[in-house]
Amino acid sequence: MRESIIMKIHYGTALGAVVLVAVHILMRMTQNFGQSLQYQNVIANYHFLPYALMLESILILLSVHGFNGLRVILLELKQGSSYEKMVNYGSIASMAILIAYGSRTILMAGMGMS
Amino acid sequence: MAVVTAPKPSEELISIDKTSDQLDTITLRIARSNPAAGHETTYSEFKVPVKKWTTVLETILYVKQNLDHAVAVRYSCRQASCGSCGMKINGKPSLACYTRVSELHSNVITVEPMNNFPIIRDLAVDFKQLISNHKKIKPFIIREDSEVTPESKEFIQTPKDVEKYLQFSYCIKCGLCNAACPTMATDTSFIGPQGLAQAYRYVADNRDKGKEDRLKIVDDSHGIWRCHFAGSCSHVCPKGVDPAMAIQLLRGYLLGFQK
Repeated sequence: MRESIIMKIHYGTALGAVVLVAVHILMRMTQNFGQSLQYQNVIANYHFLPYALMLESILILLSVHGFNGLRVILLELKQGSSYEKMVNYGSIASMAILIAYGSRTILMAGMGMS
Repeated sequence: MAVVTAPKPSEELISIDKTSDQLDTITLRIARSNPAAGHETTYSEFKVPVKKWTTVLETILYVKQNLDHAVAVRYSCRQASCGSCGMKINGKPSLACYTRVSELHSNVITVEPMNNFPIIRDLAVDFKQLISNHKKIKPFIIREDSEVTPESKEFIQTPKDVEKYLQFSYCIKCGLCNAACPTMATDTSFIGPQGLAQAYRYVADNRDKGKEDRLKIVDDSHGIWRCHFAGSCSHVCPKGVDPAMAIQLLRGYLLGFQK
């Protein structure tokens, strides 16, 4: 993939994450902080489908943005074709694993399996 | 450009008049190293008499010709046109011929080789990568037709067209921007502000038809996106070129803001 396309995704995910995390924080402010962290309230978020979808979107946006950022940092630290290949594929694999694990948590909590 | 290691007999001797309007005697600290011979960097100190208009290059040449002939320094035009005498002067990448001792406001002047370049010896650095990155971005007008055939007219440009790239054509390839760039310090494959600014210079030229080629070259994992916009390249340029701005404008083409 061309670097400009990757960077467009990088900037897009940053903007998307800022908007969705802001919504997430505002939703927390509808009740006091201690209450929002109570078990029933946290689980209720996952049972509410639009909110669960928003959490899933935040997970994907932050994973893509974060792992691409890490990839860029690692590419600037050291150069070499095998190292760069390892960093590129390693970032994609780590991102996929994190998204899969996070999605599993969201799904399980949403289905009452936790 | 030549690496000068010892003065030739025919070379003009630099002598600074010690009697008339002499300002001061400064201490010139010159970084000495020879990586090929495995020598670590040491600093040699010299007392050099200076006047109001003495440049740092003149003090180095004074040392070469009167105190230590073995100081290695690259220089040529002595008027900020050739870009040969770039070095770190009191920590800042500058042209030695374009920096007056009096403007440094210090009696101790330390000259070191530029950062982010392999050292040949003392103050002389290797420009191989700078030149190869410069060549990589195809620094010439690309188009099928030519303005020199009898049938064709000259390529007419309005002053507005020229204004888009004029400041970037003032680059003298001295490498100070690359020496100041924090990305170049860690990413040895980075094209660097000099190459990227030159890419913009030709992309913005409406006579050029090689935009797509050049954008592909800079759109690399070690290309334009590795710039963090520190702006130090623009800060040190002795010719008033703003490579940081060129990089941002070039990004506009890749992000689709500019056509």
